[in-house]
Amino acid sequence: MHVIVVGAGQVGSNIAASLADTHDVVVIDTDGERVDALTYDIDVLAIEGDGAALDTLREASVSEADLLIASTDDDETNVVVCGTAKVESDAFTIARVKRPQYLETWEHAVDAGNEALGVDFMVCSDLLAARTMVEVMGVPTAQDVKSFADGLCRMAEFKIPAKSAVAGETVSEADRFPGLTFAAVIRGEEVVVPRGDTVLEPEDDLVVIGRPDEVEAFGAALAPDQTNPEEVVIFGGSEIGYQAARLFTEQGLSPRLVERDPDRARWLAEQLPSVTVMQHDASDQEFLERENVGSADVVIAALETDQGNLLATLLAKRLGADRTAAVVDNGEFTDLFEAVGVDVAISPRRVTAEEITRFTRTRYAETVSIIEDDRAEIVELEVDRDSEVVGRRVADLARDLPESVVIGSITRDGELLIPRGETTIEAGDHLVVFVEEPDVDAVTAAL
Amino acid sequence: MIPLVSDGGTDWDLRVDWRASLAVVGSVLQYLSATLVLPLTVAVIYGRDVVTFALAALCTLLVGLALGRLDDEPEIGNREGFLIVAATWLAVSVVGTVPYLLAAHGIPGLLAPTSPGSALADPVDALFESMSGFTTTGATVLADISFDTHSHAIMLWRQLTQWLGGMGIVVLAVAILPELSVGGAQLMDAEAPGVGIEKLTPRIAETARVLWLVYLAFTVAEILLLYGLHLAGFAPEMGAYNAVAHGLTTLPTGGFSPEADSIAAFSAVVQWVVIPFMVVAGTNFALFWHVVSGEPRRLFADAEFRGYLGIMAVLTAVLTGLLFTGTAPVLDLGGATQGVAENSLRQAAFQVVSIVTTTGYATSDFVQWDTSGQYLLLFAMFVGGSGGSTGGAVKIVRWLVILKVVRRELFTTVHPDAVRPIRLGGTVIDERAIHGITGFTLAYVLIFFVATALVIVDAGRVGESLTLFEGAGGVAATLGNVGPAFGGLGPFGNYAALPATSRLLMVFLMWIGRLEIIPVLVLLTDAYWRS
Repeated sequence: MHVIVVGAGQVGSNIAASLADTHDVVVIDTDGERVDALTYDIDVLAIEGDGAALDTLREASVSEADLLIASTDDDETNVVVCGTAKVESDAFTIARVKRPQYLETWEHAVDAGNEALGVDFMVCSDLLAARTMVEVMGVPTAQDVKSFADGLCRMAEFKIPAKSAVAGETVSEADRFPGLTFAAVIRGEEVVVPRGDTVLEPEDDLVVIGRPDEVEAFGAALAPDQTNPEEVVIFGGSEIGYQAARLFTEQGLSPRLVERDPDRARWLAEQLPSVTVMQHDASDQEFLERENVGSADVVIAALETDQGNLLATLLAKRLGADRTAAVVDNGEFTDLFEAVGVDVAISPRRVTAEEITRFTRTRYAETVSIIEDDRAEIVELEVDRDSEVVGRRVADLARDLPESVVIGSITRDGELLIPRGETTIEAGDHLVVFVEEPDVDAVTAAL
Repeated sequence: MIPLVSDGGTDWDLRVDWRASLAVVGSVLQYLSATLVLPLTVAVIYGRDVVTFALAALCTLLVGLALGRLDDEPEIGNREGFLIVAATWLAVSVVGTVPYLLAAHGIPGLLAPTSPGSALADPVDALFESMSGFTTTGATVLADISFDTHSHAIMLWRQLTQWLGGMGIVVLAVAILPELSVGGAQLMDAEAPGVGIEKLTPRIAETARVLWLVYLAFTVAEILLLYGLHLAGFAPEMGAYNAVAHGLTTLPTGGFSPEADSIAAFSAVVQWVVIPFMVVAGTNFALFWHVVSGEPRRLFADAEFRGYLGIMAVLTAVLTGLLFTGTAPVLDLGGATQGVAENSLRQAAFQVVSIVTTTGYATSDFVQWDTSGQYLLLFAMFVGGSGGSTGGAVKIVRWLVILKVVRRELFTTVHPDAVRPIRLGGTVIDERAIHGITGFTLAYVLIFFVATALVIVDAGRVGESLTLFEGAGGVAATLGNVGPAFGGLGPFGNYAALPATSRLLMVFLMWIGRLEIIPVLVLLTDAYWRS
């Protein structure tokens, strides 16, 4: 596939890197230094120029392109790039935007059956980051959460706390949840496919797939002192903070939102009737104590700077907040944040890059989730009527597939089955499969 | 930038173009003269006061033309709006006295008086009655309301002044006069009751026409319904003249009646029919426009409308209880209520709706009730109708906002950093508007107390007995454009016994009450005229 990526920032280069192995990728950026760096780092053709100019796109052979991804840091540029590409090409266009209002317009047009702005798929990074954050914070102790099969099935990644009952147990001992499959254990850099005798160690990341309620119950079992969030505090009324507050209110919660700027605070209070907006500096310890932030179940920091987010979440944690999440603008810092005590660090750029990469892979799969920096994926697949796997037992199938593959769940006629060795695959089944990155294409083709 | 006015080389640096303002007032008076055709027609039918109204119309037209000559092409700015509105209401009230004075005095040597011995012979009384009419107050100085003293035409003119004042003379002018298309919104803002006008259509003149059309439609509906009841035999007293006369004073929340016994003169059925029309009159007319234009849900979704119905329901329930358990004796007007469920409910509902909407009709002589029932009505005088209605007093929307401001104060005392916008039915109220609302309400209460003190001191000065309750009631009833008060100022009493100074003060109160204080008081500031 011929892919053009416009904008070689964190999002663009991430996407380019994950597509470069299997596709012909052309990257366009206005910054000459970035272009040079990219040419040496990954195997792509990098062009210096304005992606919104037809000449530059021609240089990137836009008329032959199958896919165009506009991922600059400027919303309007991205939309114009897609529109410009459509002038001479039938390429599928993906635009990254920050402002949800563009996404709303686009979705409105798509719902009405129209094409909008020359964009075939739009990703709103701020909304996506907020949604990810709210979803992850909804499951106690989860690092990452993703829903499959219209919400019937859920994937979650948990960090196993040292004090939890599960730590030190083998997989078969810990498997007290019939509605769950342990799909993978991520130990440092290594992905371990769990067998019955695999021992779960503290600080392991455990990926489970199964019924949403059991996933939540498992999270609760890992940390019995944490419950579903009721009291939520959000620092920073940025677009992400605003969207997160809005999503929490949609769940029936009444979060508190702290914003320093008086005008912005007023605007937020007007937009969000059931949110208590406080106009104050989120790093003022006296204020945090006065407003009893320590009693919060969930604290989210979405301030302007990474430093501010780190400081505010650590302060809240120290005051006694149960779970903290921070927005990290620079995606490289996510690990660092989580290492010093922030429970979940989310980089909007990384989330966006994952979402776009995910979308490019959905030719076979319906939903894809990317685990741990693209080391593995969870894909949802429908079994074709004429597929070779129809009628075979899971145990037999597992022998033919690469070792890293785990079939997490099967959705059949709107019901969720947890696969065991003797389960037979039928045509029309939706499988949620955990698979390590090198085997992804082979496995999706085989099924 | 409003250019400094320099007309005819005067040295005053007035920032307000008073010539243009008065010219607009002149235009309004010219149109007012046309409305005198209605009482003139009645005069012709009944053969009394024909010359009076012909002369009055001529006189009004001449004054209007004279004022109109001050400026051929008046340009209205922000500031002129206040002067135009305040001056218009004063001018129509003054000109409105002409038929009363002519009928009482005649013209010596030329025209014999048609209403000799009328209480309106005194210019102060005539002005009181005229201002009470146009401002839809309904307070009267007439001790003797009968067709023996005053002609049918005079009494109809009295009713008509209320109908003209109801939806607003300036709103009517904006609807008719093309030169008011620019600045018309400013004028309507200054005149309209409530927090501000809602532009229903892109053109302000169209909005003004819509409001008047809704108003006219309800008026015609009530007249037809009342006359229909008469024809069907349910309302023997409600002939064509009375149906028109009461239709003209219900929708403007006026309260004048050519019957000495007000609505008590009519059957229970008529009383029940008048109640919903008073409720309509106290509702924001823009809501009816939404109903007509296909959004009926907006009526009951409106926070103010719900609050309006709610407060009237609560007051009616309490008063029904009081009347049923015997707060009122058996009355000539109003009958027995103790233990009579229908009459208790009817008297309670009618009086509460009449006072809350500031109409001022009565079906029971409530001055004879126990103080509990009377006090309830004094309280109701401060409630008022809805913003954008024809009602007076403080208005529901303001009280709702003030209650929410108090609640916000309580919350921010505990959480000093909390940012809490005030919302009304989901819409955020601008902080400037909230300042306007609290400022107005404070001014209203302050003026009420000061004026009450003045009226009571004034009564003492001439050695008349006026209780605190009567004085406070009279001030609340005129400032709030309600009409009847308590004691001697009750629904079947009159204001004639008050000293002339007090009556003039009340003329002022009715004037500023109708225009909601600020547009008039701003004229008294130096900053308005200069810097």
